[in-house]
Order: sequence, then C-alpha cells, then structure tokens
Amino acid sequence: MGAERVSDRGDAAERTILDVARIKRDFPIFEREVNGKRLVYLDSASSSQKPQSVLDAMDDHYRDHYANIHRGVYTIAEESTASYERARTKVATLVGAASTSEIVFTKNVTEAINLVAYSWARANLVAGDAIVVTEMEHHANIVPWQILAAERGVELRWIPLTADFRLDLSRLDELLDGAKLLAVSAISNVLGTVNEIRPLADAAHAAGARILVDAAQAIPHGRVDVQEWDADFVGFTGHKMLGPSGIGGLWAPAELLEAMPPFLGGGEMIRDVRQDGFSTNDIPWKFEAGTMPIVEATGLAAAIDYLETLGMDAVHAHERRITAYALEALQERFGERLTIYGPREVDGRGSAISFLFEGIHAHDISQVLDEDAVCVRAGHHCAKPLMRVLGVPATTRASFYVYNDEADVDALVESLVKAEKFFAI
Amino acid sequence: MPGLEDLYREIILDHYRSPRNRGELAVPPAHRAEGFNPLCGDEVVLYLEVDPATGTVVDVKIGGQGCSISQASTSMMSAAVKGKTVDETRRLIRAFKALMSIHESKLEGEDDGTDLAADLADVRLGDLEALQGVVKFPVRIKCATLGWNTLTQALDEADA
Repeated sequence: MGAERVSDRGDAAERTILDVARIKRDFPIFEREVNGKRLVYLDSASSSQKPQSVLDAMDDHYRDHYANIHRGVYTIAEESTASYERARTKVATLVGAASTSEIVFTKNVTEAINLVAYSWARANLVAGDAIVVTEMEHHANIVPWQILAAERGVELRWIPLTADFRLDLSRLDELLDGAKLLAVSAISNVLGTVNEIRPLADAAHAAGARILVDAAQAIPHGRVDVQEWDADFVGFTGHKMLGPSGIGGLWAPAELLEAMPPFLGGGEMIRDVRQDGFSTNDIPWKFEAGTMPIVEATGLAAAIDYLETLGMDAVHAHERRITAYALEALQERFGERLTIYGPREVDGRGSAISFLFEGIHAHDISQVLDEDAVCVRAGHHCAKPLMRVLGVPATTRASFYVYNDEADVDALVESLVKAEKFFAI
Repeated sequence: MPGLEDLYREIILDHYRSPRNRGELAVPPAHRAEGFNPLCGDEVVLYLEVDPATGTVVDVKIGGQGCSISQASTSMMSAAVKGKTVDETRRLIRAFKALMSIHESKLEGEDDGTDLAADLADVRLGDLEALQGVVKFPVRIKCATLGWNTLTQALDEADA
C-alpha cells in the first residue's frame, strides 16, 4: 500500500505522506471512466469508495466461510463468527475503547443514535428535561431527538454558529443548565468544522448531562480516542471509511450499556425467553437483534486494516494538505463569486468544502461537473436546519479522502470554470 | 450519454435568467400554494387567481428559489396557463407530465396510457417541449415538475 515514511527536509518531526497514485490503483472503481474521462470522486463525505482488499475479504467470507454467527457449532459457523467478532476488536482498538464489549454494531450511525434515543434517553428523560443539539447537526442527530421531544415533552435547545462557521459556545453553560444530553457532531458534514469534543464533554458532565458524539465524519479521517474525548456515546459508520454500507456502530462505556434497556427485540439479544418474559444477553450482543451484517463486518475490518497500513496520522496529514490546496485554489480562482460555507483556513476543519456560486444553483453546478466525471454532492446534505441558518437552499460540496490528489482538485476547478461560463448571465 | 445541451436548451436558460411572472398576488382573491423538492431544497411559491365567473386563470405569480430547471419550468408554465380555463390548465398539466414520462391516470388505473395520449393529442405544449430533454436526466424530473405540482395544489384549493 501507498504509505512511506519520509523525513521533512531534515526536520526532526517525521511526517508520513501518502502515495496517491498507488492508492488509486487499490480501488477498482478508478479504472473506469465516465463520459470518456477519468473518475474524479469528490463525495467521500457522503460515502467512500472501496479498496480491492475490502471486496476480496467480503468475497472470501461469502465463498469459503459463510454461515450465520453465534449459532452453529460447525467449523464454518465458527469461522464466520470469528471474522465478525474480529471486526469488533478492530473497531474497539481503532477508537480506543476499553473493551470489545463496548462496541455495538448497528447498520449505520443513524441507527446508533436512534438506539441511544430509544434505549437510554427513553429510560432517563422525562417531561421538562432538555437536550442540547447544534445548528450544524445532520438530520440523524436532530430528528431522533425531535421525535423524543414530541413524545415526552422534552425541550430541544440549539447551540448557534459564529460568523466563521464554528459553534458559538458563549452561552453553553446556560444551554446546558438542566439538560440531560448534549448531542454534537465531531466534524460537520456540511461546513467541515471540527468541534473540539473534550471541552464540550467537560462542560456537559459539569452540568450533569451526557454527551453523544456523531463521529461519522471524524473516525474515517484521523485518530480518534473515545476515552480522551471522555464521551458517553459515539456513533460511527463503516461506509464512509472504505468499508461496505450496512454496518456502523455505537461505542459507549460498558457500565452505561449494561444499565440501558434493550432497543430492538429478537434473536441474539436475548438470554432466555419464556411465555411470561425474557432476559437479555450480555453486552454488546444485548443490542444486536436479528441476523447482523456479518460479511459487512468482515469488510469493515479489512477497511480498518487498509487505513491502519496507511496510518491514521498520515491519512489526516494528507487530507489536510489536499484541503489546504483546494481552499486556496477555489478562493484564488473564483474570488468573491464563490462563497465557502465553512472555515476558510485549514486549521480546525475537515476535508468537506461546501460552496455556492453567485447566481448558479448547486444542482446546475453538479450537472455540468458530471459531464467531466467530477462527482460532488449538491443539495442540503441532510442538514436543513443548518441550510436555513446559512440562508441558502443548497450548496455544492467537494470532499476529499485518501485517494484524492491535487490533480483531482485541479479537475474540480477547471470544471467549475466551465460551469460558470455555461450559466453566465 | 446525453449532453448538457439536451438538458439546458437556450429557451430554458433564457427563462432561468429572466423568469416571467415573478411576484405575489393578494390572497384572497388569489390562492397561494407552496411546493418543495426535499431532494435539493428547491421551493416554489405560487399565487393563482381564477375568475369564478368564467373559470379562467386570470393571473399567476411565482416566488421561491431553485435550480435552473425548476425555475425555468415554473416560469414557462406561468406564461402558458394565463388566460386558459381551469379545465384547459389541468389538461396542460397532464400533458406536461406525460412529456416527463409521468402518466398519472395510468398509475391510477383509469386508462392504459394509449387513451391518455389520444385524450391529450390536442394539447399544444409549444415552448414547453424544450423541457423534454429533462427525461434523459431522471433525477432532474422532480425539478421540472415542482412548479406544476404546486399549480395542481393551487387549482385544487381554488376548486374547493
């Protein structure tokens, strides 16, 4: 794989750079063309592409080891179970969990947040309690709380944005007063803003509230340690980190998971069922009802293997470089005509860059870009309350990952030049 | 692979750059309807005034924001329906949706689509035919029909 350690012009601090040309060759999709042009994939914040090693691992599992898990005593059932549980160990290690029992697999981060909303929150929140969210949340970290708020008479409070697209924490203590939960994303999927979790966790805990972190945009892109964050719940999803769709998960400390009532009822989550009731399995299986995404777990483990071979610090440093290059290229080429919705400097931001051209709708931009095989996201990015705060119906978003390089940014800029000419008034 | 020129015909870009009938009407006598495309956040606010005596669309005004296809389609629609009767307007809506490969009466099982084509044979789409290229870009069909669905809402309200 394409990571090599190099020293930075004699600098004592070693830096790792990614060999993107080699990485691109690990992803079969980059062999194809769209409209006769090489694929420029700039929508990894929505979902990432998959390396051959992930596809191979899943194929191998289906071909040679597939059976349902935690059931059969026969060889392939044990192999299938071992592969599924190995994925749990990989995730636990990746995020710094104290134990594998703290990793509950779900189908994605949305389900992870809903699990907390239906299990923990319904057992702990009553009318008059408050939940604090932020104006930059994805619908997945808003709607489960709105459902609860409507059902229970719980108050929803919003942390506003500053003019430079960061959280305005000036009234945080006031907002947290009487709150039972702070639900916040680690990195905004629209703005790219990085939210410092530890200070937020400290503030939440000081107010007697729990903190849930939507880490969908964070875990794929750099080192995350849930214990350093001192978070209470962390949700993540596999398909944004080179893994397959259909698997994600929730981390929470063991004692918290132990105390929570079950969420979905069915197979595997039970210990015993009688006509007059049931008892639940141990954590984490207590929350894994029904046949789980078994082969997807194997794929996720292979994705983590791939990322770890590159090195999460190297992944982060690479994205930082590409993001800085893109921020400069967009602002230099288009100046005032292009508005970036998010931090304009690379510090404290991830690789998702949302922007708007004066007078040209995001859908029209992305339609022109598609002709050049440049894939970007156009729309509200499942964050409509944020779009309302920004006062725009939709933005175009380009986002970068391990397989993107400066040439991809150049292709974006050239295609945007074309789009601007096409729609010139 | 269809090209951009199939989608963005000159007349569409013209209506996008210079949308017709922008504005508001007093409610009442006008009826106001709002349409949203949840996919892209596009929004159409439509004001429709029907003369109850003649059953004729007296005036249409359009507000809201969106992509070139939704805005141009709505603008062209507003120009097309003024002066038409409510019945003619509903037939135009059905003809436009048929152009977008949406056969509502067929879905509802009223007829098999052949009858629909015969039924709408006399409806003249005129400039609206420029929007035919949208069919080659399936995700954009909802953009093109947004204003028309909003018009149906306003007509239903006027009928009520």
